[in-house]
Amino acid sequence: MSEGLSVIQAVLREQRTELLDAWVQAQLAAPGVRTDLISESELRVESDRFLTALAIAVTESSTADTSGPAWDAIREQLTNLSRTRATRGFTPTETATFVFSFKEPLFGKLPDGAAIWAATQLIDNLGLFTAEAYLRTREDVIRRQQDELIELSTPVVKLWQGVVALPLIGTLDSARTQVVMESLLQKIVETDSAIAIIDITGVPTVDTMVAQHLLKAVTAARLMGADCIISGIRPLIAQTIVHLGLDLSEVTTKSSLADAVTVALERTGHQIVRRKAPVATAE
Amino acid sequence: MDRVNRIPILKLGHLLLVSIQVDMHDRMALALQEDLAERIAETGARGVLIDISGLEFIDSFIGRMLSDIAGIARVLDADTVVVGMRPVVAITLVDLGLTLPGVRTALTVERGMAMLPAPTVDEDPGDEEAETAGP
Repeated sequence: MSEGLSVIQAVLREQRTELLDAWVQAQLAAPGVRTDLISESELRVESDRFLTALAIAVTESSTADTSGPAWDAIREQLTNLSRTRATRGFTPTETATFVFSFKEPLFGKLPDGAAIWAATQLIDNLGLFTAEAYLRTREDVIRRQQDELIELSTPVVKLWQGVVALPLIGTLDSARTQVVMESLLQKIVETDSAIAIIDITGVPTVDTMVAQHLLKAVTAARLMGADCIISGIRPLIAQTIVHLGLDLSEVTTKSSLADAVTVALERTGHQIVRRKAPVATAE
Repeated sequence: MDRVNRIPILKLGHLLLVSIQVDMHDRMALALQEDLAERIAETGARGVLIDISGLEFIDSFIGRMLSDIAGIARVLDADTVVVGMRPVVAITLVDLGLTLPGVRTALTVERGMAMLPAPTVDEDPGDEEAETAGP
């Protein structure tokens, strides 16, 4: 193993310029090359940096195991490379090919035997690491978007003096319930509202979990001294609730938000009256 | 139990007011429960208002204590209203599965007062024991 590495080390040191030229040429000549996303000079800089980092890592490390501390620098470089390529729109294959394409020029310089095996292991590990780093970057983006979505989808609106409404859109999971509940309770305190309307028109399905989460929010509001009304229960959802045997008897439920608003205003001592006949029949 | 660790109970007409401003430990909670029971019986109070806006957290013991106070007060013919619970506290209680059944709640002291019989110091026609303090 270490014998193979020392051969690689020697090749990297002595034939660096030839290796770099051959590698960049190979990358540019590859069928899937993305010259629209990356320029030749940039590619050359990246390849050059990779070679430098590889030469140092091979000198310091005695094995082809790329998880050791000697490989920190090269892993960091590959992480950065994956990140920039992921945001530029490279596919995972195109990103990992950067590392894998180094095999051809390197193998040309190595004698058969231990060195080839060591080089294969080395480049495979680094290539896989690059693909993983690429995926991590994408996952970060997804996670960030998820967080933003949660934040965006929980507006608590003040409907009237002492009445707040929470129009829920999308499915409710525990993480989201927590955010929803926190913002609802906070708004109740801020606006000194004794009535909160939770509108579930935008909730596609209500299963036992969703119902449990809803009841949790209702109970928390009640503990603080605010009454909850659940509105926007579609006929289909009403049927599901009954079929599942969910007990919503402790909560006021209304089919539409309008009904809920009427009840809320009645409870706060208001009355809605029509002072004029509708325009169409007025004349 | 030493005096300093007791929560003061204020009498306002037929109401008793308790404002918990410090995080209670269990002994303090038990003392409060005992004191309240005594004061309700002694004064013939019709309502008890407990302000917990100063509490940062409530554990299961304090939660049960609040339920118990409401139960004791009900037996002694007094209504209990717990006011000013913070959102974090409410969430904690729900997560603990404590829903404080039988305890009435209100957002503010003002709203809580409105839920209880008016705290008139004047004589109450329905209550013979009331002091006649009016002119």
